Amino acid sequence: MPEIRLTVSFSPHLRHKVSVEYLMYSVVIALIPALIGSVYFFGIRALIIIILSVISSLFFEAVGQKLFGRRVSITDGSALITGLLLAFNLPPGVPYFIPVIGSAFAVIIAKQFFGGLGYNFINPALAARAFLVVSWPHLMTKSFLPPRFGTLSGIQALTQATPLTILKDTRVLEPEKYPKIVSLLSSSGVIKNLFFGQVGGCLGETSAFLLLVGGIFLLLTRVIDWRIPLSYLGTVLLISLFTPLSPLFHLFSGGLMLGAFFMATDYVTIPITSKGRVIFGIGCGILTMLIRLFGGYPEGVCYSILFMNILTPLIERWTHPRIYGH
Amino acid sequence: MFERKTFPGGIKPKSYKELTKNCPIEILPDPEYFIVHFHQLIPTGNPSVPLVKPGDRVKKGQKIGAGEGRIQAPVHSPISGVIKEIKEFLNPVLGKKSLASLIEKTEEDEGFLPLPENLSPLEKIKEAGIVGMGGAGFPTHIKLTPPKPVDTVIINGCECEPFLTGDFRVMVEYPEEVLTGARLIGEILKAERVIIAIEEDRKEAIEQIGKAIKDKTIELAVLPAKYPLGGEKQLIKAVLKREVPSGKIPYEVGVCVQNVQTTYAVYEAIYKNKPFYERVLTVSGDGVKRPKNLRVKIGTPVKEIINFCGGYSEGIKKVIFGGPLMGIAIPSLDIPILKTTTGVLIFKEAKEEEARACIRCGRCVAVCPMRLLPSLLYQRIKKNEFVKAKEEGLFDCIECGSCAYTCPAKIRLVESFKMAKAYAGN
Repeated sequence: MPEIRLTVSFSPHLRHKVSVEYLMYSVVIALIPALIGSVYFFGIRALIIIILSVISSLFFEAVGQKLFGRRVSITDGSALITGLLLAFNLPPGVPYFIPVIGSAFAVIIAKQFFGGLGYNFINPALAARAFLVVSWPHLMTKSFLPPRFGTLSGIQALTQATPLTILKDTRVLEPEKYPKIVSLLSSSGVIKNLFFGQVGGCLGETSAFLLLVGGIFLLLTRVIDWRIPLSYLGTVLLISLFTPLSPLFHLFSGGLMLGAFFMATDYVTIPITSKGRVIFGIGCGILTMLIRLFGGYPEGVCYSILFMNILTPLIERWTHPRIYGH
Repeated sequence: MFERKTFPGGIKPKSYKELTKNCPIEILPDPEYFIVHFHQLIPTGNPSVPLVKPGDRVKKGQKIGAGEGRIQAPVHSPISGVIKEIKEFLNPVLGKKSLASLIEKTEEDEGFLPLPENLSPLEKIKEAGIVGMGGAGFPTHIKLTPPKPVDTVIINGCECEPFLTGDFRVMVEYPEEVLTGARLIGEILKAERVIIAIEEDRKEAIEQIGKAIKDKTIELAVLPAKYPLGGEKQLIKAVLKREVPSGKIPYEVGVCVQNVQTTYAVYEAIYKNKPFYERVLTVSGDGVKRPKNLRVKIGTPVKEIINFCGGYSEGIKKVIFGGPLMGIAIPSLDIPILKTTTGVLIFKEAKEEEARACIRCGRCVAVCPMRLLPSLLYQRIKKNEFVKAKEEGLFDCIECGSCAYTCPAKIRLVESFKMAKAYAGN
């Protein structure tokens, strides 16, 4: 027998094929329908914002990793997702420096400052969005554009704002018109426009349908845990039953679908326990509805997820499963 | 009614059992020499004490090592021959050298030296040197004399590790003998129920055992196939919904679990007065030309087995004793088969992917059959927080490998837990 060198290593000697890249690029694939939708609805501007956001995310990831002496790993797909999600969270009319600054904040401050992939405690894209809203409030709230063949509000007669903004403004400024607006927004025409994307909003959030296609793909491939979208959307649905608006309006409007399938499911910033994930989703749902119904902002998805991100270590501690035999 | 008998967590890796499941058990011809370790138990057991010295002639089945202490079992010669040497050889289970005897075969013989006469069934099992053959290697006679009464015996025919089909073939080819052994174990323990548990994809075994069960004294439990169903704690949970308390063994909840081949060995010891010196194992993997199920004598050097299976393919990189998820990678082909070797797997690839940062995906949490949080445990260990790690169940880990198998970041979770256990002590 010829000389043979055998490898000795610890068990297990068999590993599943799913890798970090597999998971990350599955999310990228799931975002493609909404990406195509955004370019269709808002034209070449949307594409430019997405490309700027993605390229600067990858660039700042590499810069951040060099800066902190980490291995440069921009091909793992995580910075690509951050870039896509940040772009999806921007109004289509923002100036082109916004995605670049946003990416820098997301990747360097929210992610690399805390240790890079796996160590950041809040969702980088959402942190950047929150940062941009505070820093350039006007640009971030007044840069919405009507989609191709549609209006900002999803209603022919009303053109000045997105549905959630109309709702908020009416409730605060012209309460006497509120019942009329509520019934207008609950009409099947508006629901249909919200579902297919004939409505103003951030780049990637307009079409609930296209986001659902991607979300269902992630559920079927088990890339994301069904507990989060189910508990998040379920809570929103449940609470909306007690509001005058159609529950479908609440489900399909704003950034809820994008948040529930793509941002509240960001592994790094959510609990690892099953029970914890349900609590996380319910918390997001309650906060989203509180902000929408009583808060100062028209939409609450971003802040609700960020708030729950911060609660994650605590939720994890509360939800340790009972160990077998204990 | 339609409740699935199973346990929480677990994984469903590709089984690879089709490579050998239709291969009838073949008998490996005797090699010229054997290396029989005096320590063939779980690492915490006591090595047996040599009863022979170099130059002694021994008969097949002759006791060559006497059990001593509490956790002990004697060792027998697998062959008639001459003791050439007694010295230290590498023992893969212990991870270090331990005393073994090198025996040269000098004569052909059909029979074996039977166990002493006038022994009770339990004494025969002890004297035959039977240990748990599923891989753990705990002496069977101790398991059969629990300090508390046991109401249920589960015969473990689950064999949940990929590739392995030895237990399966024993059930298919010797169903009557297995059932007789099961009945004997039930009688020794005065158990009310004897249940034989088989994974539902082992159709022929279910069929053969089912046909052989003629009365109601033995029940057949067909369970959904999932790894690590063959783990004692998981099997008890799946079959009886009982949980063995942390740090305790199954008799605490009135259960005794015995592997199929152990059961067969019990039958042979009691009915045929046969000492335990051979077992059935699976030879498989992409590095061996003809995968087989073999009856092999304890002490056979592994290279003899590979030669009998057509030799190995060019460039083998890894040889494993046991299954791919919990088995031990051996450093040399001179290492002999132990009482606990359930399989010899030969692979052409040994590449390990580089470990990355944990992305907290929670997949390890979802698959842990002990409901631990492997990724958090790993972080504790990295920070040297052993006290916290203990509180969070480090010593409840059964090292089944489900977490590391699943981890997309390819983190060496089990390796870290094994090291931490060794470091933190029990």
